[in-house]
Amino acid sequence: MSARFAVGETVTVRVAFPPGHVRTPFFVRGKTGRVTEVLGPYRNPEELAYGRSGEPALPLYRVIFDTADLWDDYQGAAQDTTVVDIYENWLEAP
Amino acid sequence: MAHDHSHGHPHDHGHGHQPHPFQPDLEETPLTHYQVMTQAVGDLLIDKGVFSAEELRAMLEAIDAKSPAAGARMVARAWVDDGFKARMLADVNAAAGELGIDAGGIPIRAVENTEGVHNVIVCTLCSCYPRLLIGLPPDWYKSRSYRSRTVREPRAVLAEFGTVLPEDVEVRVHDSTADLRYMVLPARPDGTEGWDEAALAGLVTRDCMIGVTLPKSPAA
Amino acid sequence: MSNERSEDGLLRRRHDMGGLPAGPVERNEHDYAPWEKRVDAILRLLADPKRGVLTVDELRRGIEELGPGAYDEMSYYERWIASVTNNLLEKGVITVDELGRRMAEVSAAWPAGTAEKS
Repeated sequence: MSARFAVGETVTVRVAFPPGHVRTPFFVRGKTGRVTEVLGPYRNPEELAYGRSGEPALPLYRVIFDTADLWDDYQGAAQDTTVVDIYENWLEAP
Repeated sequence: MAHDHSHGHPHDHGHGHQPHPFQPDLEETPLTHYQVMTQAVGDLLIDKGVFSAEELRAMLEAIDAKSPAAGARMVARAWVDDGFKARMLADVNAAAGELGIDAGGIPIRAVENTEGVHNVIVCTLCSCYPRLLIGLPPDWYKSRSYRSRTVREPRAVLAEFGTVLPEDVEVRVHDSTADLRYMVLPARPDGTEGWDEAALAGLVTRDCMIGVTLPKSPAA
Repeated sequence: MSNERSEDGLLRRRHDMGGLPAGPVERNEHDYAPWEKRVDAILRLLADPKRGVLTVDELRRGIEELGPGAYDEMSYYERWIASVTNNLLEKGVITVDELGRRMAEVSAAWPAGTAEKS
């Protein structure tokens, strides 16, 4: 599988708000995190949702964010993190 | 998920256009629109041969057979066997097979609690949960409140479950957005030296595999 | 960006609720009713790759498209069966006509009748 990003790399979540079956949560769009794992490939759920093949399959990335970066008013600890599984088509270089 | 249809029970359904046997909740209660729909859709799919009544029955049994006990067994084994733990962290489904547990085809990932990291699982977009290992999720896991707040204020949510973590522990929230399902591999409680696996499994609750609590303590 | 985004309900779809304000997590749990397990079983059978009638992705998309009242007025498995049924109709696995007739038969055969509202 040829993956665009590698473990340890910094990535930013693409900013777009299409309708349709999107598995990239609203709260991470535009946010920057770090790849901890590269998985897959997995067929694209955005297309599977319409009964289509979902191919070509996409690399899937576990991306870790500093939770304090995700919320202006985060009340937890500075080192808290949030990990989200994001398909390659939603990630960009920062 | 593997299916075994060789049940060998004789059946006499008496189909025709009779409704297939109801599974009534309470016969004195009116059916809701969606309960009617559920009955009708299932019956139509059986009539059309999409699946058989026996397959439906077997699937219902399979759903009922899953419970947190399977996950607890795996956690207990991981606590006493470092090799198993490593294999479980690499691939829960394969490790489950070693214990004769069928965890299904969807990949399940175990995330390990350590002194420095406490993991919590949520699915903000729907209700993804390792059903094929530990059964159906509790209502609260699927609730608006849990799905909304766990990513934003995990420590406050955990506190509602009676779990307060030190400020120097990293709370790591996993949002199950893709094909992987997650479970927490909690840390083995202190004071359990020499315990056998069955006793250890007794400390492992569903909630500690979601990450909203710690395992039961030996003193409790 | 983040302040404006979080206020803009048009951009955030209703099911995509991570980070929205909400009340305490209610710890009540209910035993799954037989009809609910039947819905779950139907979905698992349909989504089994050997049958390949429906994917979990189609189920989820169907739920997301149920409309604004879905999360407030429908229960979890009501949303599931609504989505499954809509998908089956769209794919032509069942027709509206036969579904309507069968639902009427089910209602008529039930001693306690059906609820006025679902």
